[in-house]
Amino acid sequence: MDYLIIVIGAVFVNNIVLNRFLGICPFIGVSSKVETAIGMTGAVAFVMTLATIITYLLQNYILIPFGITFMQTITFILIIASLVQLVEIILKKVSPPMYQALGIFLPLITTNCAILGVAILAVQNNYNLLESVVFGLANAIGFGLALIIFAGIREHLEFMNVPKAMKGVPIAFVVAGLLSLAFMGFSGIV
Amino acid sequence: MKQWQNFSKGFIKDNPVFALFLGLCPTLAVTTSAYNGLGMGLATTFVLVMSNLVVSIIKNLIPAKVRIPTFIVVIASFVTMVEMLTEAFVPDLYEQLGIFIPLIVVNCLVLGRSEAFASKNDIVSSIIDGLGMGLGFAMALTVLGAVREILGSGSLTLIPELLEFTLYEGDGMLVFVLAPGAFIALGYLIMLADKLKQKMY
Repeated sequence: MDYLIIVIGAVFVNNIVLNRFLGICPFIGVSSKVETAIGMTGAVAFVMTLATIITYLLQNYILIPFGITFMQTITFILIIASLVQLVEIILKKVSPPMYQALGIFLPLITTNCAILGVAILAVQNNYNLLESVVFGLANAIGFGLALIIFAGIREHLEFMNVPKAMKGVPIAFVVAGLLSLAFMGFSGIV
Repeated sequence: MKQWQNFSKGFIKDNPVFALFLGLCPTLAVTTSAYNGLGMGLATTFVLVMSNLVVSIIKNLIPAKVRIPTFIVVIASFVTMVEMLTEAFVPDLYEQLGIFIPLIVVNCLVLGRSEAFASKNDIVSSIIDGLGMGLGFAMALTVLGAVREILGSGSLTLIPELLEFTLYEGDGMLVFVLAPGAFIALGYLIMLADKLKQKMY
């Protein structure tokens, strides 16, 4: 039951993009096509889940016993940076077309605040290992959900008659605001 | 003259938020009041100036292949400093900004300036670039914070208890303090900033 609450809370109620404002850069950047949005989601899901596990172990078996929790930011970001490198190498080997499609955004996962943010939030919420994994995965799903819905809307937006001054990024933000408003309907469930 | 352009480009022409769309996560998340926006902006400015300084000093010592990890470690050290300083001296702001202080380390603006500017330019230009970009970022956050606070709760807080104004009594448009208002207000501000830019340049 606890796990279900974590999942619903992370995917709908406190959606990582629309409510917590983490990972806005890829949300605006790679959301012009549904296909790339799906690829990005896959990469983020993989890195986010792994990062949550490793940072959990690091926090509880190294940082806390040695009393160096102030090193949290530096160590976490280094772990994430190496993980991203790993994913990049694997993807280049296994699926070159996907690697081509994601292009510049793969290294940018390092500076995707969603990954570091979720790792820090899992530590702050005092989750145990299994809860951290569920939390990481659920947030990745929430990220994917928001990204793919938004990409779908933006594909249609291309053909809409938008006022000239609002074309491009401004209208994207207003749409994101409305999407966020829709997600607010979920508040109070958990 | 060249240095003045280097400094002033961060305000309108290449404003990190309104023109380059960098560092949007803290921009949207912490701007529930003008004070929070200003605090976040100044914290980021400190990190940006210091990391630009260090990167431009060590730029010739770093092998090109490991430059990004090196930049991240430099930035993370200064972020840890900011984290400790805000916790010690402005605990209420630390509480308000919460997770977004450690997240300065993944602010694309900071890494972006290290990579695009400080690793190619001399020390003085890098400091000025960091200062201009940082203050431009702080300005954008303060403006967005002010808009959301005025529309949402009818007040304007630049410094609590010192520069605090109440503009109208009663309920404002609550949505502007909540998450959706951040997106919508930023969308309209980007549009206005773009118009302003076209007028000026």
